[in-house]
Amino acid sequence: MSDWFSQYNYIVVIILMMTGLYTVFASRNLIKKLAGLSVFQTSVFLLYITIGKVSGGQPPILIEDKGYGDDYGSGGDGGHSLLDGTIQVAAGDAAYILPGPGSDVLYSNPLPHVLILTAIVVGVATLSIGLALTVRIREVYRTIEEDEIEAADFVYNLEGTAD
Amino acid sequence: MSDPNTKLDAQDALSERIGSDPHVLLRVISKFLIPLIALFAFYVQFHGDYGPGGGFQAGVILAASVILYALIFGLTEAKKAFPPRLIRYGMTLGVILYGGTGVLNLILGDEFLNYSNLGKDSIAGQHYGILAVELGVLITVTTVMIAIFYAFGSRQPETSDEDW
Amino acid sequence: MSFLELVPDWLLTHGPAFLMALPLIMAAVTAILPNKRVAWASTFIVTAILTVTAFSIALYNAEVGTTIYKMGGWAPPHGISLVVDALNAPVLVLIALMSFITVIYAMPATVAEIKPNKRAPFYAAFLLCTAGLLGMVITGDAFNVFVFLEVSSISTYVLVAMGAARDRRALSAAYNYLILGSIGATFFVIGIGFLFMETGTLNMADMARILADLDGGSRVAKVAFGFIVIGLGLKLAMFPLHTWLPGAYAYSPTPVTAFLASTATKAALYLLLRFTFFVFDPSYAYVADVLMFILVGMGVVGMIFASLQAIFQTDVRRMLAFSSVAQVGYMLLGIGIATTASVAAGYLHLLNHAIIKGGLFLALGAMWYRFGITRMEDFRGLGKTMPLTMGAFTVSGLSLIGVPFTAGFVSKINLAGAAADAGWWWAVAVIMITSILALIYIGRVLLLAYFQSPPTVNGTVVARNEAPIAMLLPMWTLALASIFVGLKSDAMVGAATRAAELLLGAG
Repeated sequence: MSDWFSQYNYIVVIILMMTGLYTVFASRNLIKKLAGLSVFQTSVFLLYITIGKVSGGQPPILIEDKGYGDDYGSGGDGGHSLLDGTIQVAAGDAAYILPGPGSDVLYSNPLPHVLILTAIVVGVATLSIGLALTVRIREVYRTIEEDEIEAADFVYNLEGTAD
Repeated sequence: MSDPNTKLDAQDALSERIGSDPHVLLRVISKFLIPLIALFAFYVQFHGDYGPGGGFQAGVILAASVILYALIFGLTEAKKAFPPRLIRYGMTLGVILYGGTGVLNLILGDEFLNYSNLGKDSIAGQHYGILAVELGVLITVTTVMIAIFYAFGSRQPETSDEDW
Repeated sequence: MSFLELVPDWLLTHGPAFLMALPLIMAAVTAILPNKRVAWASTFIVTAILTVTAFSIALYNAEVGTTIYKMGGWAPPHGISLVVDALNAPVLVLIALMSFITVIYAMPATVAEIKPNKRAPFYAAFLLCTAGLLGMVITGDAFNVFVFLEVSSISTYVLVAMGAARDRRALSAAYNYLILGSIGATFFVIGIGFLFMETGTLNMADMARILADLDGGSRVAKVAFGFIVIGLGLKLAMFPLHTWLPGAYAYSPTPVTAFLASTATKAALYLLLRFTFFVFDPSYAYVADVLMFILVGMGVVGMIFASLQAIFQTDVRRMLAFSSVAQVGYMLLGIGIATTASVAAGYLHLLNHAIIKGGLFLALGAMWYRFGITRMEDFRGLGKTMPLTMGAFTVSGLSLIGVPFTAGFVSKINLAGAAADAGWWWAVAVIMITSILALIYIGRVLLLAYFQSPPTVNGTVVARNEAPIAMLLPMWTLALASIFVGLKSDAMVGAATRAAELLLGAG
């Protein structure tokens, strides 16, 4: 039971995913379909964020001894040595080690967060294109119900001419 | 007891002048908030080189301030404050700033988007590079967000309320 | 190589980044160009440069082998790398070349089909689409594939919807494509997420290495593979997932149809190859099962059903769209047999089909441009009214059927040979049957065009009215290319074999 409960994130992901997919396929209204698509994509965001979780990990912001170092630049040479080091090795070819289990600070994995930031932007773009198309369909067909659009197209196909 | 008609006239005149519902409280508070939102956007932006933040978030926050303005004062007023003409050029400018930084790296003999040669050493170079790139992201994200809002907002509403 | 000596060194070293960044940046610039002629010229120049770049890095690749470009100087596996190898170099050339050919054709076509104020955005979206396709083929990073997949898809939705000026059904076609395309891309990204859970890396070569160490990985890798195959299957119009394709091909502007038919599904097929044989490996039991039952099964069913559906279409563009679904079945069959020869044949068919379908759709577009026709019965007498256009259509059509001395014949005979070598005689029979079905649906058009007299309008017979030179040139380039490949197939077969050997090892 506790094992089952420890994976509740994945259960939420699956519920959201299925809800979204079902909404996309079951509803005949263009806006509702887009809403379903959004829910479906959101479930993926949650999945990725779950991947990034390291138990006991801090937010993945490189820190020095303590605090968030609000005094950027003021420290001169004593400034952000860890930051500098990471950037230096990362920009070169050398393999580098991020602070992990062996070090004093434990970070969550930032990579899935970055990835999903991109995916969110992609999702916004898809949604806005979808909504724009819906607006245009509404202007042309005077409806956003798929059945009515298909009926209009069927008549159009039979007659073979513009109305 | 004043004449109710003059009061109504005054209200009409007021709402005509404002162009939308006379929600005084909203207007006053949002006038106070909008500069702060925009300022916070720039805080997030310039915090984004070594800390959490960056162009994406800052761009959305900055666009949110314009969108809030449009929601409170109406789209016409917002378009006066932030002309749609700027949007097209803004989107392109941001992309050129981002891509141009990459091309500059190529010219300096590094890989595309390797900023190491931009400064006196690789750390300074990476720092300047990421600032330039994030500025491009800020401009593009802001203008795209506002463009989406304007595009949907300024569609002529040929649907009356009863149609829905 | 004499050609490579003409190319500056920096283009060879930085070519991969250039190939992807140039159209992205120029798309933004093109969007604000005030004059639609200037917009066309800028697109033309960009695609010409892309073609030269793609050719030179493909030749360079043939000389020096796999090259890895480190984006931003960040070394893989942590940084994003751009990889050019024998598998993706031909696809890169194909995409760049098709974009160039389509842009020439687009100059007259957009005048007829796109509103003047939409032309600059049209070219911008076209460049974005090209950038996305090139990016998803060249990148070595699995998540980057998703990003570029969506860049190309989203601009494709816009391009398809721009057909609304001609036919309002383009809007609902674009909407359906958007819904299914987004679901496909989301499935793909779920798969990448599971793969990341399993391997902890996003670099495809690194993923392949770790999966091999894990001997195929746990259940997570299996789930990942399933999601990736379904997601890409939606994108490449694998048989039951193809429902978006006929509408999107039939109602989008004609240059877009030709470009999509010859590149978009091909790039997705390339990704399927990359994931099944490079990241995963057919030696894992679950991959072999999917190849054997899903890809071959769906491929064969799709070949037969989509060919039958094509026969019963009244709209020629829909007919060719269904034929595309059937042809994807050939490629899936080749991939599914999973021997070096069959994968090479499938890959060859991928390249050849792009040339053939591009030519067919360009010819159809020219017919729409002159007479506004897409329906089967309107094709009567086109052999007399548009002899050159119909000639290009005929050559490409015969190549689609697989008549000897054409590109279609080379790839079909290779595929049949590979199937026979593997002992899959029933697959050879299916290839024969679907070729006959292709003969029926292409033959119907040819019969109407050549053996019926032109229709009479207002008492006079429709006069000869040939397409403009800017349309004839691209379609005849592709038609002649398919004959050239049919006569002298060494280079193409060599490229396909090298690609298959990279995936499966020699022999």
